[in-house]
Amino acid sequence: MTAAFLRAMIAVARKDFRAEARSRELLSLMGLFSLLSILIFSFALELNRTARLEVVGGVLWVTILFASILGLNRGMALEREGGGMDALLIAPIPRGAIFAGKLIGNFAFAFTVGVLLTPIMSALYTVPALQPSVIGALALGTLGIATVGTVLAALIGATRARDSLLPILMLPVALPVLIAASRASGGLLTGAANADAGAWLLGLALMDAIYLLVCGALFGFVVEEG
Amino acid sequence: MALIEIEKLVKRYGFVPALRGIDLAVERGECVTLIGANGSGKSTLIRLLCGLSKPTSGTIRIGGWMIPGEAEAVRAQIGLIAHKPLLYEGLTGRENLVFFARLYGAKPDRVDAMLERVGLSKRADDPARAYSRGMMQRLSLARALLHEPDVLLFDEPYTGLDADSSATLDSIILETRAEGRTLIMALHDFERAARLSSRIVLLARGKVAHDSAEQGAAVDAAALAALYAAAGGSSGRINP
Repeated sequence: MTAAFLRAMIAVARKDFRAEARSRELLSLMGLFSLLSILIFSFALELNRTARLEVVGGVLWVTILFASILGLNRGMALEREGGGMDALLIAPIPRGAIFAGKLIGNFAFAFTVGVLLTPIMSALYTVPALQPSVIGALALGTLGIATVGTVLAALIGATRARDSLLPILMLPVALPVLIAASRASGGLLTGAANADAGAWLLGLALMDAIYLLVCGALFGFVVEEG
Repeated sequence: MALIEIEKLVKRYGFVPALRGIDLAVERGECVTLIGANGSGKSTLIRLLCGLSKPTSGTIRIGGWMIPGEAEAVRAQIGLIAHKPLLYEGLTGRENLVFFARLYGAKPDRVDAMLERVGLSKRADDPARAYSRGMMQRLSLARALLHEPDVLLFDEPYTGLDADSSATLDSIILETRAEGRTLIMALHDFERAARLSSRIVLLARGKVAHDSAEQGAAVDAAALAALYAAAGGSSGRINP
């Protein structure tokens, strides 16, 4: 990684943070959706405490995945509004730096929403969500989701049906991350089978590494007009 | 050797040909206007020149660098002004320029100099979404000139501009010409094309139908309108 690559990557990520700090559009959209989602799940599962504990990991990750899709769609719409993506593509910087910069922003927003959800999960589902291992699982899971989402959002950015296409494309691709993250978080939140949770966390880290390599290599092809 | 050399350039979108064998050489300091009906290939040619699109076949060389093989080096020499501003509306004018200065490795003091040059110093800290269309286009010019590119590409930059903003853009284009930069513009306005350019290339159905450099004659707006009509176009404007 060269100094020019790092400079461009940091500039792209800083640009996204600065725009978000001013508008707070993505975080409020993703945060509000997540809050409503876990409240609805909580009410739906209210009468059955066992069921609540069994699905708590799934509730957390389905909520984070859909919130991320919302954020990615809106983020890409903001990028397209004034031709921002074209402006990035005509700059003399590696495509990989654009990918890495956008990924940092997308990961940070999804992770922040996940962390903000943990005390609410603790209160609603009476599980110990505020613990370092759960936060670690959140970091690994949101990294996988953001990695896949950054490439897919760029891929469908030029299509007309982009808003509906992202979830259709992203759900199957992100499914392995979703399963591993749900299993790891579920084990950690309920305190059951912590050894299993450790194995799922390791699997999640491996998946992240593979997704990072593959998506990083694909991004340049995805954004190039043939 | 010409600064920009285009040979046998072909671009197809699927089975639809957009450019069908363009040969063009542009010398340093020339101001070339591409005119032609919608779909004649002007914007496609501009997108290929700035590396936003890849040729199906043929070669493009800018300053000796090949596209797409050495596109990153080519992009450092190019500034693009399109009908979209290529800016971030959520950032202020100054933040936009600081961001692009970082991407292009331009000196930070260029930001204030460019804001001054396009007359946006007093509104530099307003969000770009509060800018009028004319102000956005001036900020877009500042962005394109930040890194002092050798080549400036304009893709219908007057779209949506009022008379005052168009006049400001005219004067900045003339200034950049005087600085010795090479300009390639895609326009629909014959009068403006004749006034601003040193050379006019008429595109029709993806081919060069007329090149004023080859004809060796100055071209006025009326002559352009006649050439345009002969090439099958009908909607070009003689007056702004």
